[in-house]
Amino acid sequence: MQKQAIFQSKLLPYALVAPQLAIVLIFFYWPALQAVIQSFLLQDAFGLSSTFVWFENYIELFKDPAYFEAVVRTFVFSFAIAVSSLSFALLLAVMADKPLRGSMLYRTLLIWPYAVAPPVVGVLWIFMLHPSLGVLSRYLRGLGVDWNPLLDGNQAAGLIILAAAWKQISYNFLFFLAGLQAIPRSVFEAAAIDGARPMRRFWTVTFPLLSPTIFFLLVVNIVYAFFDTFGIIDTMTRGGPGTSTVTLVYKVYSDGLLGGNLGSSAAQSVILMVMVIVLTGIQFRFVERKVTY
Amino acid sequence: MVEEEGFRRYVAHAILWIGIAIVAFPVYIAIVASTQDNALIANGQMSLLPGGHFFEVYYKTIFVGTSGSTREPVGNMMLNSLVMALAIAIGKIAISIISAYAIVYFRFPFRMAIFWIIFITLMLPVEVRIYPTYKIVADLHMLDSYAGLALPLIASATATLLFRQFFMTVPDELLEASRIDGAGPLRFFWDTLLPLSRTNMAALFVILFILGWNQYLWPLLITTRDDMQTIQVGIRKMITTTDALTEWPIVMATAVLAMLPPVFVVVAMQKLFVRGLVETEK
Repeated sequence: MQKQAIFQSKLLPYALVAPQLAIVLIFFYWPALQAVIQSFLLQDAFGLSSTFVWFENYIELFKDPAYFEAVVRTFVFSFAIAVSSLSFALLLAVMADKPLRGSMLYRTLLIWPYAVAPPVVGVLWIFMLHPSLGVLSRYLRGLGVDWNPLLDGNQAAGLIILAAAWKQISYNFLFFLAGLQAIPRSVFEAAAIDGARPMRRFWTVTFPLLSPTIFFLLVVNIVYAFFDTFGIIDTMTRGGPGTSTVTLVYKVYSDGLLGGNLGSSAAQSVILMVMVIVLTGIQFRFVERKVTY
Repeated sequence: MVEEEGFRRYVAHAILWIGIAIVAFPVYIAIVASTQDNALIANGQMSLLPGGHFFEVYYKTIFVGTSGSTREPVGNMMLNSLVMALAIAIGKIAISIISAYAIVYFRFPFRMAIFWIIFITLMLPVEVRIYPTYKIVADLHMLDSYAGLALPLIASATATLLFRQFFMTVPDELLEASRIDGAGPLRFFWDTLLPLSRTNMAALFVILFILGWNQYLWPLLITTRDDMQTIQVGIRKMITTTDALTEWPIVMATAVLAMLPPVFVVVAMQKLFVRGLVETEK
């Protein structure tokens, strides 16, 4: 698609794209290229010289059990966060879509957590569930749970998933509500006239009609769980106890922070890049089919 | 309308209020904790009702900071966050709207190549190029500066796409009319296109301001000086690994202050926020 009415100018268009192009080349492409190049190099212990080693960094990485664990953990986190947050948000959206009094107020009261930054989410939840002073930990211990997410890796992982899912409820709720409101009311009426009970109406009518929204949100939630949980993890557990809450992004960060192996860190970045490309590709293919301009 | 029987309606109301309670509870606890005495909280005896230390805690948080080694008034952190968020939001909108203008309203060599170069940055979030980007910013001597905080983040494929999409819907007659009036490309942009883009810019600004304010990984990497910390980074540094030294009322007051601006924006500008969110995700 192109505009018919245009301006003639040789230099002006370049001047207009120059600022964005400069930022993109200096801060996006150049570092990305550096990461790709680094991932094929091996530095000596003093960082003085480096040799080209083909895929050795990648091979080392795949042989490293810690990396494999981080991959599995990231996928488990993503799945758990997406499923729990999506199902709770869908329940709320279906309720808020009913003709209820005060539905605008409900929407306002449910969407604001979108604005809470991940590190703050981490701080809020670790405070509530802190082993020695958390207000909720008291009740957990009262129930006989040996609660200490700072020592127990599984509890720490559960806590991260809980906090990350909590933050994402508002986003999912908003998009589910929009998706529900786009379904013509007559469809529900037809199903009701046919005698379908509400639960049946939901599973046979609403849910299938909502599947594009569900798929879209699934991708968005996975991307969120991959990248935006960094702040939550960093304020809550800093990857610990041990490495039980280290995700792929957290591993790139912490491996590099220790000033460790540059080549390995670069290889990890490149693998993440490939994952983003795949996820964005899926998202765009889907969006193109759904939205027509 | 499918009529809901009374009982089902009550169930819906109840579920929504439970949802609201779950969503609000952590924040309620933070507000309550920020008004209490640290000793009480440290003993695990925090009350679930607000205490009487509101003014004392918030005064200390905003103007003094914690007593630890990284003492820095949170007021200053908020200022840093504000500068960064505004620079990111305004910068992204400014450079995106002019590149979209060039791509839509001009024909020039490499036009589509440039469009794709901008577009592909969608797939290069800062998380996948952390250390090489850090190195470039360090080489440019931009560590611990506002430029270093904002510049590497202000490219925006989404905003460029959005403005491109919008410009395509602007009728060609407008351009022809202003050309008859003797307007050149810059005049047309300034007098016609910008005023038409106001709502789009506002919706985008709301989303980008929140994203900018909530940045974490990047400021964490490139700020080493306490007086350049943003509030999101500052709050993490307040939680010391030796729990006994963490001043929880101040941490919680900082959490509340960190939430305040973006939450206010969402609630006060809800229409623009929803519009911006839906548009940027397309």
